[in-house]
Amino acid sequence: MIDLRPNAFRLAKATLVWVAFAASLGVPIAAAAASPLLAWRDPVYITAGFAGIVGLWLLLVQPVLMGGYLPGLRGYQGRRLHLWVGALLVATVVIHVGGLWITSPPDVIDALTFTSPTPFSDWGVIAMWAIFATALLAALRRRSGLDPRTWRIGHTCLAVIIVVGSVVHGLLIEGTMETMSKVALCVLAVAAIIKVIADRRVWAKRSVMR
Amino acid sequence: MTSTLLDRRRLLGAAGCTIATGISGLVIPARANSLAPTRTMRGGANNYQPDAPIVGRIGGGGFWMSGTVRRAGDGAPLAGQRIQIWAHTTEGYESDARSHGATLTDANGVFRLEMPQIVPAFGQAHAHLAYDSKAFKTVFLRPLMSSSKATSLEAHFVLEPA
Repeated sequence: MIDLRPNAFRLAKATLVWVAFAASLGVPIAAAAASPLLAWRDPVYITAGFAGIVGLWLLLVQPVLMGGYLPGLRGYQGRRLHLWVGALLVATVVIHVGGLWITSPPDVIDALTFTSPTPFSDWGVIAMWAIFATALLAALRRRSGLDPRTWRIGHTCLAVIIVVGSVVHGLLIEGTMETMSKVALCVLAVAAIIKVIADRRVWAKRSVMR
Repeated sequence: MTSTLLDRRRLLGAAGCTIATGISGLVIPARANSLAPTRTMRGGANNYQPDAPIVGRIGGGGFWMSGTVRRAGDGAPLAGQRIQIWAHTTEGYESDARSHGATLTDANGVFRLEMPQIVPAFGQAHAHLAYDSKAFKTVFLRPLMSSSKATSLEAHFVLEPA
């Protein structure tokens, strides 16, 4: 089909998508930065919290890249970046958990051993292990010899565990994020993974290549 | 065949004993005046620093932590019991020594200690309390605030002899 829309219109649309995309990180970060609780937290604890926010945002970025929903980052470019963002996600988790460990080791030990009094810890720890497992599998993908469909379904299952675990983890926590921006980011992350699973027909014998 | 009959008799006897024990077992906890001891809560002992000093107030105050201490069984109030309290507040982390303090219960088994405002830490606005003074079994509590804006919190101890 020939695109008859003027260039300016496409440019405006692309700009709008990118502005919205930037806002999906900027708004939650700005809202969290305005929290009065920061006055009673030291830089390590604050860094741990913000690493968590960035990590949650990366869960939105990943399906967006795979789905090619960002103008200028469609197809191979987006999927290539998906790999690096995955590595970045592992880094944010390490900073998040490491910062909390420095702040209060016994609380982190409780979380890691699933003996925490806080229900959200279990969800976060499950998501953490799923993220590490995903990274490991991605690193060993070539060597594993998994056929593409098995890989796709396995990777998607892990991704669903990561998103659900992280979203529940985040929603149950009070203290780091502002509530409205947190709910909005969680809704976006869930919507994005549902859309990409549907669009790319993950379960199909042949995936959708773009 | 004889052995089969004996087996049945034994079986009936054993069953009778089991039922009798079971019933008496059910009856005992149902007695009046039997107050169960408070159990230590998960994570209650996190960042505990034994022997916090008895203080008139922790830091600048503004927040009230209160509660009761009673004896398991008859529920009698326990006077002069030392309760240790700590939390993440506007003045410090749970792991900071200045966030810790202790107080004693009055004649009615009631304790009340002023401390800085508790703020959410590790996802929940909560306090830590400990009874750890030998006469009774040690208990660690980790009560949650109904709202992080609340300016008071209660926690209650029912202690059993050590």
